[in-house]
Amino acid sequence: MQISLHAPKRTEQVTGVSSVNQLLDRLGLSREGHLVIRNGTLVPGDARLADTDDIEIRPVISGG
Amino acid sequence: MSYSKCRVCRGPAVIDLPRHNANFCAEHLQQFCRRQVDKAISDHSMFTNDDRLLVAISGGKDSLALWDMLLELGYEADGLYIGLGIGEYSDHGGAVARQFAEQRGLRLRTIDLREEHGYDIPTAASATGRVPCSACGLSKRHLFDRAAVEGGYDVVVTGHNLDDEAAVLFGNTLRWDLESLRRQMPVLEARNGMPRKAKPLIRLAERETAAWCITRGIDYLVEDCPIAVGNRHIGYKEALNRVEETSPGSKAAFYQGFIDRMSPVLHGTDEEIELSTCDRCGAATTTTICAFCRVVEVAQAADPVPVDMVLTRRGGGRRRRSRQTRSSTS
Repeated sequence: MQISLHAPKRTEQVTGVSSVNQLLDRLGLSREGHLVIRNGTLVPGDARLADTDDIEIRPVISGG
Repeated sequence: MSYSKCRVCRGPAVIDLPRHNANFCAEHLQQFCRRQVDKAISDHSMFTNDDRLLVAISGGKDSLALWDMLLELGYEADGLYIGLGIGEYSDHGGAVARQFAEQRGLRLRTIDLREEHGYDIPTAASATGRVPCSACGLSKRHLFDRAAVEGGYDVVVTGHNLDDEAAVLFGNTLRWDLESLRRQMPVLEARNGMPRKAKPLIRLAERETAAWCITRGIDYLVEDCPIAVGNRHIGYKEALNRVEETSPGSKAAFYQGFIDRMSPVLHGTDEEIELSTCDRCGAATTTTICAFCRVVEVAQAADPVPVDMVLTRRGGGRRRRSRQTRSSTS
């Protein structure tokens, strides 16, 4: 699946993950510090992912 | 698909909130957020529907979510955006703030530091030797206060959320900075010509304000300030998030416990500081010239400094590269 990431903006291809939480763990990203948008819709940590999904991982921590 | 169901309607959830042991669909996430903001305003007597509010707008998720929620709750709220001169970050922030206001027919005042005061944040930081975030915070506080007083607003409202407040509290506690701890309140009363200030988002975490924007279709500035990347405040947030992930509710317990139990104790030890007025601008100050006017004087006299120069000095470039490397190798 194609993953869009921020800070810095980039895309990556990831395979072999089946849920949002698995994806965040695979990328070493904290669950508390990120939200995941699947095919344009916000989804929770146990949402299932398919290799055809477009995923955006959005950081939520700001510098104050 | 997802297995999580909304706690209210049992429909598919869009977010899981471990600290509330709850999942919500978009509609009930928004209901949850409105109720949390309403409770914060009520619990701390922040303001009423009769007050005119000036919302500090950066273009980020918190300020736009706050403005949106206040209007949803029926408050009269205008926005103020300050162009800080931090390269593309400021350009983009100003654009999304203006777009938000125009789409909703809202009143947004803009102050451009370079055009109206002859400096920008990178130049101020470089010329004065201040940490950039310090020069930025000082400038914003002064200009928001002044704009509120001149515009006849009753309250300056800022988008500080639970994560912001918990991180500041963590830092103040590590240093046992009693004066800063005394001042860290959800509401600061008007005094010495400064307006009342309130933080209605103190019961909402950053995930929740970001989720509000996403589910409401609000286009906001996702990228963080390039100067803030890697700063101490973000380090505190990351540390607290590691605690939160193993012990949900820790951030709220830390901050709310401080407000409920520690803050009253600290306020019993208040020392009244005598203030005079700044010879140049009339703002309250402990010296003859206020800190803002001193920064303006030095920064105006300096050659403009590009934002990249400040990033290089702070090591921001190194930090960004290391983040990229970590994720690309995972």
